[in-house]
Amino acid sequence: MKKYVDTGKKDTRSGFGAGLLAAGKADPAVVALTADLKGSLKMDAFAEAFPDRFVQCGIAEANMVGVAAGLAVTGRIPFCGSFAEFITGRVYDQIRQEVAYGHTNVKIASSHAGITLGEDGATHQTMEDIALMRAMPGMTVIVPCDYNQTFQATLAAARFKGPVYLRFGRPSVPNFTPEDEPFVIGKVAVLNPGGDVTLFACGHMVWEALQAAEILEKEGIGAEVVNVATIKPLDAEGVLRSVSATGAAVVAEEHNMAGGLGEAVAGVLASGRPAPVEFVNGGDRFGCSGTPAELLAAYGLDACHIAEAARKAVSRK
Amino acid sequence: MKDVESLERMASQVRRDVVRMVTQAGSGHPGGSLGIADVMTALYFSVMSHNPKEWRRDAVGQDAFILSAGHLAPVYYSVLARSGYFPVDELSTLRRMGSRMQGHPSVSDGLPGVFQPSGSLGQGLAVASGMALSKKMAGDPGRVYVLLGDGESEEGEVWESGMFARFHGLDNLVAFTDWNGKQIDGPVSEVAALEDLREKWLAFGWDVIEADGNDMASVLDAFALAVSADGKPKMILFRTEMGHGVDFMAGSHKWHGKAPNEEQCAAALGQLPETEGDFRQL
Repeated sequence: MKKYVDTGKKDTRSGFGAGLLAAGKADPAVVALTADLKGSLKMDAFAEAFPDRFVQCGIAEANMVGVAAGLAVTGRIPFCGSFAEFITGRVYDQIRQEVAYGHTNVKIASSHAGITLGEDGATHQTMEDIALMRAMPGMTVIVPCDYNQTFQATLAAARFKGPVYLRFGRPSVPNFTPEDEPFVIGKVAVLNPGGDVTLFACGHMVWEALQAAEILEKEGIGAEVVNVATIKPLDAEGVLRSVSATGAAVVAEEHNMAGGLGEAVAGVLASGRPAPVEFVNGGDRFGCSGTPAELLAAYGLDACHIAEAARKAVSRK
Repeated sequence: MKDVESLERMASQVRRDVVRMVTQAGSGHPGGSLGIADVMTALYFSVMSHNPKEWRRDAVGQDAFILSAGHLAPVYYSVLARSGYFPVDELSTLRRMGSRMQGHPSVSDGLPGVFQPSGSLGQGLAVASGMALSKKMAGDPGRVYVLLGDGESEEGEVWESGMFARFHGLDNLVAFTDWNGKQIDGPVSEVAALEDLREKWLAFGWDVIEADGNDMASVLDAFALAVSADGKPKMILFRTEMGHGVDFMAGSHKWHGKAPNEEQCAAALGQLPETEGDFRQL
């Protein structure tokens, strides 16, 4: 089992904030917009360094998306950010018309995604955003797993020409990927090789998948851990390569069962390499108030549940 | 082309285009297009600083126009073609499979002159605000024009953008409203009353100008007034008549989204002098 070390817990949204600042230094076309959530999105450093390229939009997300599209039409690279629910569900049509159908170079920065937003409860916890953004023609959907990868993904999104949905979270979580590893859009990363089952995961679930692999190793089950940070376009070749070798899969995500990474991977496997697949996700329900750790346990989104799903997948081979 | 008379002649041709395009397509929105034809003709042939032959989507160094009320596509396509963005005969392809002239404006097929898709109402003012802000950031002297419908102004996003544009001092943004008092389900005052649009925009901190949108001299005067560098975005409220120029369409919301038949088309064309030559069927 390849060892991954948590170099210190950090929130992925801070990786975005640092990445945004670096992207802004690298390219004067980068601008940032927020709807009264500058601090939550960790945009303070960017706003301080580039006050003329920071646009405060107030609590008006629909207008913000349109303004971002207008900035993109005129050649700028806007990152517009809010909580995941308010920058997807609330403005689905604005993103569809002005960003996706308009082919504008807008980056949707989506923080506090998933159930780990915590105590604020279900009104603010979206578990549907990946499904919404995946359904959008031409949208690239990225869900990085830790601070370092979010930093690199932000830089990659700025360099990429086209609409990008970049999802990150609120709580501090283990930071374990290499600091200087460039993010390649559209490629999966094998974090741990294994021969018996593939554990596909994105976002906060990647660390849990690594912990699950350790549990499984003690039972003699070799689990290959694959970080699927780009959900769309999905690296079908990478998915098929792994499952062709292991013959079984688990897909773990902090998302509703419908329309997320699970269905994306299952779709590729169904037509390319049928195999037993088990799913670890939030089911089909809303969240509730609680600490992130309590919620992950209550909704079955942790290493124990991933390991159990893996045993089941292996038994079905 | 700056004088009132030649602009009026062009507007007559634009109205002919609208009627013929919508008739041939068998569907579309003739009423609003006819009502705003004078304003759109003035905008493209006199007001805007633009270069149709060297159009670029980033609008650097040029004025830009966003059609927020996307269903007014027929009049938009006509003034684009007539001012040289693409061949006039292409107007005959409106709403056809494979046409660059989609039912509502699209950028997917690279139609010159179109900066953003539109049709889902209430969104164009935000896009135009972003473009105007971008020009401010770049020190680009160009203006951004945007056309809204009065019914469209029932959308909440319009007012979000109204606050945003004023707060950010976008005096290079010139919005104008086709205030014809009609929407699909009937008179605006009976569907969802807007009350006094002038007072509303004044309360949002905008410069507000009112004009007769079917009187070319009045239209030109209004645009000429919308230039002060006072930190305030401009809203021109053009009083127009839906279906203007064709007697049996004028003033009725029934022609908002209905195509004329061949007989009605001929009757309409009889009232609209052909001044520039009709487009040919492709």
